[in-house]
Amino acid sequence: MNDGLHLWLIPVLPLVGFVLNGLLGRRSPKALVSTIALVFSAAPFLLVLHVYTSFSALSLPYIERHTSWIATSTFHADFAFALDQLTLVMLLVVTGVGFLIHIYSVGYMAHEEGYWRFFAYLNLFMFFMLTLVLAENFLLMFVGWEGVGLASYLLIGFYFKKHSAVRAGMKAFVVNRIGDFGFLLAMFLLIIHFGTLSFIEVGSQIAQHPDWHGGVLTAIALLLVLGATGKSAQIPLYVWLPDAMEGPTPVSALIHAATMVTAGVYMVVRTHALFDRAPLALSVVAVIGAATAFFAATVGILQTDIKRVLAYSTISQLGYMFLACGAAAYSAAIFHLVTHAFFKALLFLAAGSVIHAVGGEQDMRLMGGLRRYIPVTFWTMTMAVFAISAFPPFAGFFSKDAILAEVFRSPNGGPLLWTVGIVTAAITSFYMFRLWYMTFFGHLRLQRETTHHVTLPVGLDDELLATGHSTNGQHAHGQPHGHGIHESPRSMLIPLVLLAVLSVAGGWIGIPHSLGGSDRFARFLDPVTHGTGVPASFEQVSIAMRTGAPIPTTEPPSKLEDPQTERMLSGCSVLAALLGLLLADTLYRRKPQLPARMAAGSRAIYGLVVNKYWIDEIYGFLIVKPLLIISRYILWGGVDRGIIGGGGRVLAGGTQGVGAVLRRIQSGNIRSYAGWLAIGAAAILLLAFFGFGAHIHMGVR
Amino acid sequence: MASIDHSVLTWILLLPAFGAVVAALLPERGKLVQSWTLLIALATFGLTLHLPAHFDYSHGGFQFEINRLWIVSPPIRYHLGVDGLSVWLVVLTGFLAPIGVLASWRVIDTRIKEFYSLFLLQQTAMLGVFLALDLMVYYAFWELSLVPMAILIAMFGRDPGSRTSSRAAIKFFLYTFIPSALFLVGILALYARTGTFDYVELKAALIQNPTLFSPPALWVISLSFLVAFAVKVPVFPLHGWLGDVFSEAPTAMAMVVAGKLGLYSLIRFHIGLFPFESRRVAHWMIMLAVLGILYGALVALVQNDLKRLLAFGTVSSLSFCTLGIYTFAINGLDGAVFHILSESITGGALLVLLGVMYERYGTYDIERYGGLAARTPQLATLFVVTMLALIGLPILNGFVGEFLTLSSGFATSHLWGALGTVGVILSAAYMLWMVQRVFYGPESPLVHRSPAHDLAPREHLALWPMAVLMVIMGVFSPYWIRAIDRGVHSLSNTPALNHPGAALLSSQSHEGEAQ
Repeated sequence: MNDGLHLWLIPVLPLVGFVLNGLLGRRSPKALVSTIALVFSAAPFLLVLHVYTSFSALSLPYIERHTSWIATSTFHADFAFALDQLTLVMLLVVTGVGFLIHIYSVGYMAHEEGYWRFFAYLNLFMFFMLTLVLAENFLLMFVGWEGVGLASYLLIGFYFKKHSAVRAGMKAFVVNRIGDFGFLLAMFLLIIHFGTLSFIEVGSQIAQHPDWHGGVLTAIALLLVLGATGKSAQIPLYVWLPDAMEGPTPVSALIHAATMVTAGVYMVVRTHALFDRAPLALSVVAVIGAATAFFAATVGILQTDIKRVLAYSTISQLGYMFLACGAAAYSAAIFHLVTHAFFKALLFLAAGSVIHAVGGEQDMRLMGGLRRYIPVTFWTMTMAVFAISAFPPFAGFFSKDAILAEVFRSPNGGPLLWTVGIVTAAITSFYMFRLWYMTFFGHLRLQRETTHHVTLPVGLDDELLATGHSTNGQHAHGQPHGHGIHESPRSMLIPLVLLAVLSVAGGWIGIPHSLGGSDRFARFLDPVTHGTGVPASFEQVSIAMRTGAPIPTTEPPSKLEDPQTERMLSGCSVLAALLGLLLADTLYRRKPQLPARMAAGSRAIYGLVVNKYWIDEIYGFLIVKPLLIISRYILWGGVDRGIIGGGGRVLAGGTQGVGAVLRRIQSGNIRSYAGWLAIGAAAILLLAFFGFGAHIHMGVR
Repeated sequence: MASIDHSVLTWILLLPAFGAVVAALLPERGKLVQSWTLLIALATFGLTLHLPAHFDYSHGGFQFEINRLWIVSPPIRYHLGVDGLSVWLVVLTGFLAPIGVLASWRVIDTRIKEFYSLFLLQQTAMLGVFLALDLMVYYAFWELSLVPMAILIAMFGRDPGSRTSSRAAIKFFLYTFIPSALFLVGILALYARTGTFDYVELKAALIQNPTLFSPPALWVISLSFLVAFAVKVPVFPLHGWLGDVFSEAPTAMAMVVAGKLGLYSLIRFHIGLFPFESRRVAHWMIMLAVLGILYGALVALVQNDLKRLLAFGTVSSLSFCTLGIYTFAINGLDGAVFHILSESITGGALLVLLGVMYERYGTYDIERYGGLAARTPQLATLFVVTMLALIGLPILNGFVGEFLTLSSGFATSHLWGALGTVGVILSAAYMLWMVQRVFYGPESPLVHRSPAHDLAPREHLALWPMAVLMVIMGVFSPYWIRAIDRGVHSLSNTPALNHPGAALLSSQSHEGEAQ
């Protein structure tokens, strides 16, 4: 079985890096710290490449089983890793993008305090993320699942002297725990009904029982969805991701854009055998995805912090992936996951380069005209903006197109959800070009002398009045570099360029038949994403259940069925992207006074959107506040100090005499204590022998 | 090595008691008493390690047994033994003692001899509770574990000799002593009908002869056991003493006062002796356990005193054990016993850490802290690791027990199991919030004023073994569960032996012959 692939090394190597830097990093020079971190993130990438080269010779799925992790006489979960096409794709993305971001961080974090801590955490994240991807069972996946949450918590709160950063870290962890609650319950149900947590065994049990439909499977799937909405920042648990931007920018790129947040999508695809039999759950996933994609995109329109725009766009793009999962278009979801990893990592890294250039400023209203100062950043970011806006032939076009086409014809999707998707695509294009224009075009609005706490030129931009809080100046970069605006060092630019290439060409692995390609990506994933038959829609199943007819499992419409429709849909996507571009061009280049006037014209809607629909405040008011009030005044004040404490006092009052005696015997003299002990023991013994003795003998007789 | 097998338990019991006597006689010079106590504690720990090293996993009954008639009438037997249930608890007790000594090293600076003799006496008492298989001997150790504790709390409290300290001591004494008195009556009532105090004989007698007691009588007796143990755990809502004791007791005492003794006794004597009666209260206990999980976590959320926060957190965490026990499922019982081990280590580590902070800053008030991470990074690191273990992060020890107990709780009752799982969210909330206020953010005036001493070598020595164990137990849990599983198998409703009486009988018959 173990013919030398040694999958376990892939996650364990970064763990070694974490341990080395964690224990020795504080006293090591920065060069050593970054060497360790780079070596132990490059090594898994090389291993994955090795796996890739020998991939075709393997019989899949390739399983590697080590010792048991938790084992009782009725249950066990092992340290077991599995490799199949899906795993390979994820491994390439995680280790590849992960390594690039490690390189970038060497430059970006060069002047930071706690340099070693940063790289230790980054390696720790790699360990958990690779565990998550390689796990062969739910429980080991949960290790990675919670572990990436931990790494995220530590890295969001990296600037731990800043209240807002620490609070954001805590929010991320606790909100994710709500999702984990769902994940745990799903596992409990799996143990009860399947007796195992192994993906392969669960999958084969489902395959053996074609009559299993809905019911418990729906419950399990829905609980898993709860978990996924936490990790992948979907409605209703997305609230932590925007705040997570408090972390250093490479973290936002790696964890909060390219890899960790896609774990929910990966999990749904990995467990799609369950979802295929739970059409209700799939419908829920589709609706959550579409709603999140649209909702987050609208918030993205009015954000002024460059990283927050990208955060909402991440939530929105993850919504697309969810939408694809809901339409059972699993390979399209993973395709978008891959291209998104490229262009969103690039967007964040480029944004980091911008922030680096302007001395820590993140407010786009203070930027402008930067393309002249930082051309490499500008051009690479331009590639990413075109990619996320889904212009052909950039990467995002093909993946988004695949999703929308599948949604259009899926029984769980349909034209309505497709429309939401296309509208969202237009909005996406709009806010991305808004970012592009505000950052790189026009004239520079930043006052160079006061790069940190910038004073805004009066009357600059009306949006400022409504947002209230603005500058989110980040950290040591706040120290003005003195030479004004400058391009980033080479260690930061090389990853940008590589990711730019991938953002352009990354989509060419999946050009559909309708556009003259061969849909290679989907065909590669096919053994994983198909298996137990494509589900019928929820309505069809419920009708069948009511009428007692056999439950239909529709065959997928052939991809070649209607290239005409597909091309038309692609055309719509391009139109939507163009529309967004034109609108942004009008509002932020040609008529820059217009946005302020529009904002003034529709105060109510503007206020609602700019305040992110007050969702944070509503959660605080409906959940957090009541919980604290109940705990403080009813449970602690009322129950504990009142009832339980009161009961104790009555007890104590009733035996005040005992208390008085105790106070007296508490003389501090060890001999007197020994004496009391002896007297007490003697009394008990005497009682036992004589007091109860007679009674005992009677009892025996 | 085999020859020591017959006497090792006696040595384990006697060594700390002998150490206590010598400590009382030693002159108070330098760190002589401390060093002596540390030596004894380490030697005892070494002896306890003999047990798992020579444990026979093919054997479900008691091992290393000693069984001699001690007092003829009433027939009290010197009957000691360990099985899979108790073996790791004995080792745990041995393991925590040297750490307790290290934690007290500097804080206890008056009446040193009294402290360390009572400390070692307490050690004997706790070991006795885990080892004794004669109910009278067990009861003697049980009581012995209460008395030094109460005295130590009163004498060496946060504010020694003050009203609050003695009130905490009295509260502890009353809470535990009154139910214990009833418990004694229960034991005597059992003896009255069966004529034996011996655990193994009693268990056999109760099963073979169901007509010995009328059902209501047995029910009342089982309740007297249950209440005494539940107070000691403590099970919600009997936790009223824990907050005061935690905030007053010296670290070394707070580390051992809650959890293991009561939970072990519940498993051994409540569900062990009363399989039917304990199943009758099972759903009530599950309910109380889940309420305890939620209540403890919610109240911990709003505490401003670190020790009280930890006290309620402990109530919450220990309730996972109660939940697991009363599912009567093998997963639940395994998880419960494993969680006793991990909770004792994690909770103990947190108490040591709080003690370390108190030594430096003289307060447990969360509001007065802030920004500690920048001043004392090593302390902060160990604190965060411990916190993560306590909130059940996978691959740290806390997760294994939580997962097993919650999953079997969920299998028993979807509603209560799901509610208990909410505790996973709440524990993250109260712990992270506390860590945020104490360690992160800008430095508070208090922290800023005080000199920044990070962990001293002695404190490293106390804390690292626990931190390392948290990881090892989290990764290699089967090593511990293997023995536990053997020990609790006969108590569970395993599918093969779904009639509990039959299961008990079959394991009983050859244990009876062993003596």
